[in-house]
Amino acid sequence: MEVHAILQVLWFLLIAVLLMGYFILDGFDLGAGILYPFVAKKESEKAIVRQAVGPVWDGNEVWLLTGGGALFAAFPPAYAMSFSGFYLAIMLVLFGLIFRAIAVEYRGRDPKWKGFWDAVFVVGSFLPALLSGAAIGNVIQGIAMDSVTVGQFTHMEYAGGFFSLLNPFALLCALTGLMAFLTQGAAWLCLKSPVDNLVRQRAKQLRSTFSIGQLVLFALTSAYFFLLVLPSFGDTRIGMPVAYVFAAVFVVGWIVSRLFMANKNDLMSFLSVNITPVALIGITAASLFPNLIPAANNPKGVFTYFIVPGAADTANSLTIWAHSSSELSLTAMTIITCIGLPLVLLYHVIIYRTFRGRIKEEEIGEY
Amino acid sequence: MEFLTDVAVLSRIQFAITVIFHFLFVPLSIGLGLFVALAETRYYRTRDPKDRAATKFWVKIFTTTFIIGVATGITMEFSFGTNWANYSRFVGDIFGAPLAAEALLAFFLESVFLGIVIFARNKISPKLYLVSAWLTWFGSALSALWILIANSWMQTPAGYALAPDKSKAVITDFWAAALNPSTLARYLHAVDSLLILGSFCVMAIGAWYLVKKRNTDHGKQFIKMGLTVGIVTVILMLPFAHMQATVVAEQQPAKLAAMEGQWKDGPADMAIVGWVDEANKTTTALSIPGMTSFLASWNTETVYPGLDTMANKVSLSDFKAYDGVKVTEDYQGGIPPVNVTFQAYHLMVALYALLILWLVLAGLALRNANKGKTSKALLYLTIFGPLVPFLAIQSGWVVAEVGRQPWVVYNLMLTNEAYSPIVSNVELIITIVLFLLFYTILFIAWLRLVFKQIKAGPQLEDDAGLAAALATAGSSAADAASSDAGSVAKDASATDDTPVAKGGE
Repeated sequence: MEVHAILQVLWFLLIAVLLMGYFILDGFDLGAGILYPFVAKKESEKAIVRQAVGPVWDGNEVWLLTGGGALFAAFPPAYAMSFSGFYLAIMLVLFGLIFRAIAVEYRGRDPKWKGFWDAVFVVGSFLPALLSGAAIGNVIQGIAMDSVTVGQFTHMEYAGGFFSLLNPFALLCALTGLMAFLTQGAAWLCLKSPVDNLVRQRAKQLRSTFSIGQLVLFALTSAYFFLLVLPSFGDTRIGMPVAYVFAAVFVVGWIVSRLFMANKNDLMSFLSVNITPVALIGITAASLFPNLIPAANNPKGVFTYFIVPGAADTANSLTIWAHSSSELSLTAMTIITCIGLPLVLLYHVIIYRTFRGRIKEEEIGEY
Repeated sequence: MEFLTDVAVLSRIQFAITVIFHFLFVPLSIGLGLFVALAETRYYRTRDPKDRAATKFWVKIFTTTFIIGVATGITMEFSFGTNWANYSRFVGDIFGAPLAAEALLAFFLESVFLGIVIFARNKISPKLYLVSAWLTWFGSALSALWILIANSWMQTPAGYALAPDKSKAVITDFWAAALNPSTLARYLHAVDSLLILGSFCVMAIGAWYLVKKRNTDHGKQFIKMGLTVGIVTVILMLPFAHMQATVVAEQQPAKLAAMEGQWKDGPADMAIVGWVDEANKTTTALSIPGMTSFLASWNTETVYPGLDTMANKVSLSDFKAYDGVKVTEDYQGGIPPVNVTFQAYHLMVALYALLILWLVLAGLALRNANKGKTSKALLYLTIFGPLVPFLAIQSGWVVAEVGRQPWVVYNLMLTNEAYSPIVSNVELIITIVLFLLFYTILFIAWLRLVFKQIKAGPQLEDDAGLAAALATAGSSAADAASSDAGSVAKDASATDDTPVAKGGE
């Protein structure tokens, strides 16, 4: 295998790892943001939820930015096609992220607007949590593509519309992802809130409910995948065996997390509920490889819709082999990552150590 | 209303709106971040409750501002893909690396330590807290480095080769691309301008306290701090701006000519004020002959090419990237909009002169304050002082970005071919309206909050009370004391926000 090919695979894996980092870390704070009005009724309870995500959400979200930046740097055509193709959906994610970020920081300082900040905190957490799964679902089954010319540049572009992004498989993926985030959020709140606080009681109940919801939706999504999506792939997805391994990881991880929940171990429950979202990204990456964005013969046009994806269109698919940056560029980025990633992990150790343990009742006032 | 159907124009409008808004908060964050670190250092040394009040005050103002910069920065990173897809494909091999490096090396640093600065003052040792304050600032300055590397590469591309099919630029030398001819000058010029802004904001807040005759010790201290950093950074701006201008003269002759509205070849003058008539290709200006030549080359006689001779002299197909392809009508003869560049440049220079004047005024205000006099006129001028560097920064960027048109990557890619062709004008109009709406809300929220925090001011009692409450907790004799502390905390929260207030249940 030549060096360039190794780097192409490495960066495919690295982006998957960055997304796993995002699903693990931002997953729980997005989930906690959505659960905010449901687990916290009184002001002091709301303060607990905000304090549980306040110090850490920002660093968590950077995993998404880094994943996006890495996709741009390593596979520019995939970044360009997906971000511009899914334009309105990406913009909804963006607006959600912006408002949520500011709501977390402003809610405690700005009592006059607290109703507004509470609302945008929830909506802003919900949009990215829902739509990231939808985007992944669309990429897994492949998207319609057409070539478009501007000046001297001709490129393949997404040829469907906004509404066909909301096809059944994508919606199922969206809900599966959402359930994972909600479970993580509930598990984080169980871990962080004071033992006897109502927030913990409510979160504990929700942790279990969403965990079951996650398994149900995973089963439904898998069934839909095997019956209606997989046949359209033909033999174009060589990574499917690995995807099955990750599916097994999902199931085992789910069982493990149920055991810890039954065992009333909040720390291990939280750690183990992260296995399923990691497995979901693993399934996604494996089922795509070596594609970045597979092309499929789905209906084209702004106001189209489909239930079952069309056949694979391998000639137009964006693959890691044909759509990566140059060997030198990938080498430079690998060196940057070797310097940066250990530091990033160190920062995370520092911040999670600093804020370890349950929030104490007497600290609740501080934020 | 033809532009409403033109995706290229709409994409540029959206980028301009979002980047200008983002760049209202970035300069403030990086500028104020230095003062947070300085105030924290001072408190670390003195452990004086007054200095504690000051540094806690700056942390509040800083974080309230910083978070808007962070949030609106996500827009910028996304926008390359969402709205500039063809650009991203063309430059991704080179441009993506600094963006990824920015996220990995700088965003994580500033975001994680920001969490510590906001939440962990009572959780970690003073030394670690001080280090965290500096790391947050260092992270933001490092992030500026990476993004300016990316911007500089667009202005003065280096270390690349064109792919054989001309569909993209490919990196050939990482260091040549990162340290391209304009990186260093641009970084120094830009970051210095942010620190100038920070120092003017610190002075403004100090002046407000002196006008209101409250927190006067802090007021004087803030003006002194701002003045010290302001004088140093304004003086440093001379060599940094000179470096930047020299790079423009060497690398982007059309931009230099547009900055001075120079149409004929010859020594370049330096205008004080003037107007460019682009239709008739004339510039009417009051100017110092040969001054620009002198500044760029230390010789008033050095000849620089004029716009007349540059326009259309080089046809598009003479550029490697466009050799053998059909000529686009968007080429504009290769010269930028001249009057906008000219006016923005001279506004920036005039504002620089005002900066010096404003430093003198603030210095006089401080001297009077130290003598016990309140000179209201001077203080009010100081309060509005931040507008001067703000406008200078924005107009400087207009020169940099408008002045390199019609190119998005200088001499390599035309701006009008760089947008996302798949995004429709309707989608763009929707998002432009939403950006205007949302950013207005955010701006109002920020203004309200920052003014509220400034009004509340550095608070001594707040912490003394809290410390007393903690120290006496558990002692039965302390009931009265802690209930006092409680009421102090409540008062504080009425004006600021210690969350007990929001409790209210």
